[in-house]
Amino acid sequence: MRVRLDRTICDGFGTCVARAPRYFSLDDWGYASLAVPGGDVAPEDEDAVNRAILDCPIHAITVLPE
Amino acid sequence: MMETTSDVTATHVVAALPGLAARLLHRVGGTAPEPLDAYVVVAGYQDGPVTQPDVDRLLDAIEQSGLRGRGGAAFPFATKARAVRQAAQRGLAPVVVANGEEGEPASAKDKWLLRNRPHLVLDGLRLAAAVTGADQAHVYVSDQAAARSIAEALHEAELAGRLPVPVEITVVEPAYVAGEETAAIRAINGGPAKPTDKPPRPFQAGVANRPTLVSNVETLANLPFVYRHGAAAYRQVGTAGSPGTFLATVTGGGRPPALYELPHGIAFRELLVLNGVAESAVGGVLMGGYFAGLLNRQALDLTLDHESTRAAGTGLGCGALAILGENDCPVAVAASVMAYFARENAGQCGSCFNGTAAMSAVLDALRDGRAAGDDLARLRRWSQVLRGRGACGTLDGAVNLAASLLAQFPGIVTRHLERGCDVCAISPFRAARPFEVEAVSLA
Repeated sequence: MRVRLDRTICDGFGTCVARAPRYFSLDDWGYASLAVPGGDVAPEDEDAVNRAILDCPIHAITVLPE
Repeated sequence: MMETTSDVTATHVVAALPGLAARLLHRVGGTAPEPLDAYVVVAGYQDGPVTQPDVDRLLDAIEQSGLRGRGGAAFPFATKARAVRQAAQRGLAPVVVANGEEGEPASAKDKWLLRNRPHLVLDGLRLAAAVTGADQAHVYVSDQAAARSIAEALHEAELAGRLPVPVEITVVEPAYVAGEETAAIRAINGGPAKPTDKPPRPFQAGVANRPTLVSNVETLANLPFVYRHGAAAYRQVGTAGSPGTFLATVTGGGRPPALYELPHGIAFRELLVLNGVAESAVGGVLMGGYFAGLLNRQALDLTLDHESTRAAGTGLGCGALAILGENDCPVAVAASVMAYFARENAGQCGSCFNGTAAMSAVLDALRDGRAAGDDLARLRRWSQVLRGRGACGTLDGAVNLAASLLAQFPGIVTRHLERGCDVCAISPFRAARPFEVEAVSLA
């Protein structure tokens, strides 16, 4: 699975880091970026990242088509 | 002996390096914009429509020529074109975009090309359409004079049957972020001229969701030369990694703004001689417009090509070089440029609008002699951790600026912290758009 984070709409809720801290990081002001290049998610982490996707209040994270 | 075009005014220079056969700044007839018949006389729009065998041959020639993008990233053109071609195999015909929205205030070369040599740009655009298989082309600009020039040229070329694909012109309000390639696509698609996050990149999904090649107008203006003369001729000037000539907008140093066509690899010292700036008067250089950061007097030893500028931790970018004079304190210059970033960013990514504002506040305080050690430590940290956290390059430009100030001018920075700056205390460098070129006077 590969994910995309749209930083132009991230509002800094920080939920993604709470759900999948290895895959997202926050800056000093609470705005997120992907912490993994290319957004590749290991199979064993897919549940956590999916939780981050579902819990992002503004839907800034999406799964990329294969 | 300097080859100058007739539009040189008392205060602005447009010239190729003496002894260099100009490929881009040469304009036949002396009138602006160069008319179609004058451009055709020098083998412009050669051979009419480009046939399929020609397409493959041309793309190979472009690859061998090593042509790199002139918008700032210096990405190999052939690689970009092949990516678009490959993406098109999924079934959607590609689109090509000539990006003439020169958002860098310190750069004027794209405006000059569009205003003076619109057919050279359109010729390059139709060749780009041919090599990618595009059936639609766009010219994307913000400068009104450039828009008029390109519209007239387009009308002429279409009447003469020179353009095998329909070309549309999109005009937007000028803005620093509007020149980014995804901003161009968003604007052409009817949205605001602001960048989008990646992926998708334009070659994957661009104009109307089709694979799209966005290419800077100077890059496109190099294609007719490659088509006409081949890769070997193209490489006769320049370095192995940065072949060909490039357009340099040179500002500052107590001299009027100038636009030069130079061979890649020229010594910076030679450019200083050409521009009439004494070595002793150089305090540093702001590289690549506002993007690639500051260099101290080590810049004097640079050659102007991508290899050596990268090795020096900076970049040639779009070819805009702003020379800091003896009284241009680098802290104050950095503060002005950072304030510009803080004002002119797209206001989209939180890391960018917060990061530029925060770094701007520290640099203002440093310039004004009211910064503390903690402030400087924060600036240093932001200059490391904020890299790559924006959807476009604006935040990276701001980070380059802060990081290069700290690395290149540590003594001056420390002096500002400890006892202020004599120059900044009396007449600090302040400019809303530092080293801005009034493109009007270059036309």
